Amino acid sequence: MRRTMLYLPGNNPNMLTRGYLFGSDGLILDLEDAVAMAEKDTARILVQHFLRQGEFGSCEVTVRINGVDTEYWKDDLAAVVPFPALRGIRAPKVDDAATVKIIDEELSTIEDKNGIPVGRTKIFCLLETAKGIWNAFDIASASPRVAAIIPGGEDLTADLKTSRSNEGTELDWARRMLVFAARAAGVDPIDTVFPRVTDDAGLRKETEFIKQLGFEGKSVIHPNQIPIIHDVFNPTEQEIEKALKIVAAAKEAAERGQGAVSVDGRMVDIPVVKRAEYTLLKAGLLEVR
Amino acid sequence: MAKNALGREIPEFIEGYGKTKLFQGAFALKPEGYRAGGKIRCIDSTCTDKRVSDIKAAIAASGLKSGMTVSFHHHLRNGDYVVNMVIDACAEMGIKNLTLFPTALFGVHKKLIEHIKNGVISRIMGSVNGPIGQLVSEGGMDVPVVLRSHGGRPRAVISGDVHIDVAFIAAPTADKYGNICGTQGKSACGSLGYAFTDAQYADCVIAVTDNLQPYPAAPISMSQLNVDIVVEVPSIGDPAGIVSGTTKVTRDPLRLLIAKYASELIEASPYFKEGISFQTGAGGIPLAVTAFMKEAMIKKGIKGSFGLGGITGYFVELLKEGLVERLMDVQSFDLEAVRSIGENPKHIEISADWYANPWNSGAAVNMLDVVILGATEVDVNFNANVNTEADGALLHGTGGHQDTAAGAKLTIIAQPLLRGRIPCVTDNVYSVTTPGEVVDAIVTEYGITINPKRKDLLDACSAVKGLPLVSMDELVSRAHKMSGPTDPVATEDRIIGVVEWRDGTVIDVVRQLKTK
Repeated sequence: MRRTMLYLPGNNPNMLTRGYLFGSDGLILDLEDAVAMAEKDTARILVQHFLRQGEFGSCEVTVRINGVDTEYWKDDLAAVVPFPALRGIRAPKVDDAATVKIIDEELSTIEDKNGIPVGRTKIFCLLETAKGIWNAFDIASASPRVAAIIPGGEDLTADLKTSRSNEGTELDWARRMLVFAARAAGVDPIDTVFPRVTDDAGLRKETEFIKQLGFEGKSVIHPNQIPIIHDVFNPTEQEIEKALKIVAAAKEAAERGQGAVSVDGRMVDIPVVKRAEYTLLKAGLLEVR
Repeated sequence: MAKNALGREIPEFIEGYGKTKLFQGAFALKPEGYRAGGKIRCIDSTCTDKRVSDIKAAIAASGLKSGMTVSFHHHLRNGDYVVNMVIDACAEMGIKNLTLFPTALFGVHKKLIEHIKNGVISRIMGSVNGPIGQLVSEGGMDVPVVLRSHGGRPRAVISGDVHIDVAFIAAPTADKYGNICGTQGKSACGSLGYAFTDAQYADCVIAVTDNLQPYPAAPISMSQLNVDIVVEVPSIGDPAGIVSGTTKVTRDPLRLLIAKYASELIEASPYFKEGISFQTGAGGIPLAVTAFMKEAMIKKGIKGSFGLGGITGYFVELLKEGLVERLMDVQSFDLEAVRSIGENPKHIEISADWYANPWNSGAAVNMLDVVILGATEVDVNFNANVNTEADGALLHGTGGHQDTAAGAKLTIIAQPLLRGRIPCVTDNVYSVTTPGEVVDAIVTEYGITINPKRKDLLDACSAVKGLPLVSMDELVSRAHKMSGPTDPVATEDRIIGVVEWRDGTVIDVVRQLKTK
C-alpha cells in the first residue's frame, strides 16, 4: 500500500530517527529540496548512515535524489543504492522517458557493482513540468523499474505560469492525466503533497477528491497528515461489509459453476468482484496474491 | 545511614530538617493521634473593618517576627506580586530568618535570591525552580529545602509537622471583613484551592487584595471566619502571568503520537466505561490525550463522571458538552476555566486537602480512575523523578504527582524517550519522587510499557490488535543505544533537598552539586 509516503529531511537526524513511528506506508529520505546546497554532502552521509543502521518499521523506504541536471545525482545514487533497506529512489523533474533511461542505466551499473540483483531498485518519478505531465505514459512505461508517477505541486504550478489555489484548479487536469497514464502503464498514481500543514479540513477534502480520481495515495509533508489520509483511503465499515458479501457470493457461485450472481439486488460480475477484493485488501482482510 | 523501602540511603538526622522517618511503602504508614490545634481566634465584637493601611501595617499587626514561618499560595503563578511584596516589606522592617512555606514558587520570584543571601529567608519548604533551584542546588542555603506534594503539604500542616505563623493570601476579591474569592476582579485566578488549609491553620491570616468589594462580597470562597487582617494594594499580580489564553492542543507530531498511544491504553483498560474520571493537567501531551479520549468517548457513547486537578478550557468544553458531569478544580489554568468556575455550579472549587491529602477521610484522588503524568526520568522499577533535572539540579515541584499516582487506578507517565540527548528512561533515577509501586505504565513514542505487576492491564492490552507494547528492558536498552553513556552527576555529601513522600516519610534526598 502506498496511501502515505512521508518526506523526511535528509539533514534532520531527529526526523530520520523517528519518522517511521508515525505509521506512514512509505518514507522518502529527502536529499533534494529539503536540503540547502551547503548541506548536500552532510545529508547524503547522514542518510547513508541511517540506511545502514536506522529503523524503518514496515515502511517502504525511498530516497529522493537530486535531479539529473545537477552535479549530485550520481553521488546520491552511489551512496544509497547498496543498502537493502532501500526499496526505491524518487527522481525529481522527470520530463521524458530518456531521463528514466539515464537513471535506469546508472542504477543497473551500481547494482551490478555491488552484487545486487539488477532491477531491485524501483523508480518513483516526479513529473514537475508541463512536459513531464504530457509525457506521463511514456515515462511510466520507460522502464520496469518505474513503480509510480507523482505530479509536482509547486514546480508544476510555476511551470504552468499560474499559482497554487485552495481548490487546486490548476492541478486538476494534470492529476486526471496522471491517473490515466499510470493506470495505462500499470504503475501507481501517487498525489503531490498538501502544503497547508495546519489545514486538516482542507487536506481531508483534497484527499477525498484525489481518491475519487483514482490515486493510490499521497505524498506527505507533515506526520499529522498521515491519520487523515489513511482515514480517507481506508474502506468504511459499510464498504467492508458489502465487499465481504460480494466476495462470498462470488465464491459460492464459482463453486456452483455459475458466472454472474446477484447481491442485494445488484448484478455482480468480475469487475465488481475485483473491486471488492481490492477493498478487502486495503482493509487488511485479504492476503496479497 | 539507613535504607528506606526503595533502597535509598537516608540519614537518621538531617541538619536543618531534623529526625527522618523512612519511606516504608506508598500506603504503609498509618497516622495516629490527633490533628494539630490552632490558636483560638477572636476579634473585638465592635470591630467591623479588618483593613489596615498597607502591607507593613499588616505585617506589624500580625505579630510576625524573625524566625517565624510565612505561607503563600501560588494561584497567581508567574504573575504573582504578593510574595515579593511581603518579603521586601519584611526586609525593610528588619525581620530576618524566615521560613518560607509557599505552595509553589515561579520565575517571577527570582527576586527572593537577594533575600536568601541577606538572611531574610533562611529556609524554604516548597518547590524551588529556575534560578532559586540552581542556587539551592549549588549550596546557596544553609538548610535543606523540603519538597512536599500538593497532598503532603496540607497533611504536614494538619498533622502538626509544619506550623504556619502568618498566612498571606493573595485575594483577587475581598471585602473589609475578610470574605475572599478568586473568580472576580482584575487579577482573577479561579480556584483558591491551595490556600484553604493555610487559612484554617495559620495563627494569623492576612488577605491581600486589589479588588475590595462592599461587605458582604459574593460569591465567597473563603469566609471571614478565618481571615484576621485585610490589606488593599494597587495590584496583586499581572493578569498576563496569572492565566494563559485559550489552551490549545499541541500540533507537535511526536507528542500527538505519544498521546494517541496513551489514549489507546486508557481505552483498552477496564476503566474506560460510563462514569470514568480522569486528570490530565495542562501540558502538551496530557491535553492531547484528553482530545483523543474525547473522540473515543463520543465514538463509544460513554460519559465521564468528573475531571480533576488543574482545570483548563478544554475540560470546561467537556463539561459543557456533557462528556463529564463535574469538574473538581484545585487550580484554574486559563481564562475559560476561571470564567467557568465562577459561573457553573457543576465546576467545583476544592482545597488541596480535599484534592490530595492522604490523611483525611477521603481525598478526591482516591476516586480517580486515570491520571496522565510526566516525569524528568523513570527507571526500570518504574520509580519516577520529577524534582531534579538530568544535571542533578532541583528544578520542579512535586505538584500532585505522588498523590494522583497513589490514588488513581491507572497511572500513566507519558513522555518522549529522549529530551534532546538526555534519556527519560534509565536504570536508576537520580532522585525518586514517586515510587514504581504506584506507576502502572510508561508511554513513549516507541509504545506502551506496562509495569509487570499490572498483569491484568498487560492482558487487557495484549487482547487489543495493534497496540504497540514494549517491555521495560527493550525501552531502556533503546534509550542506552540512542543516547550513549552519560556521566553520573557529581555531588558533595551535603544534603540540600529532602523529598518527602505524601505521608511525611523521606523517599529521597538531593545532594549539593559539585562546583565545576
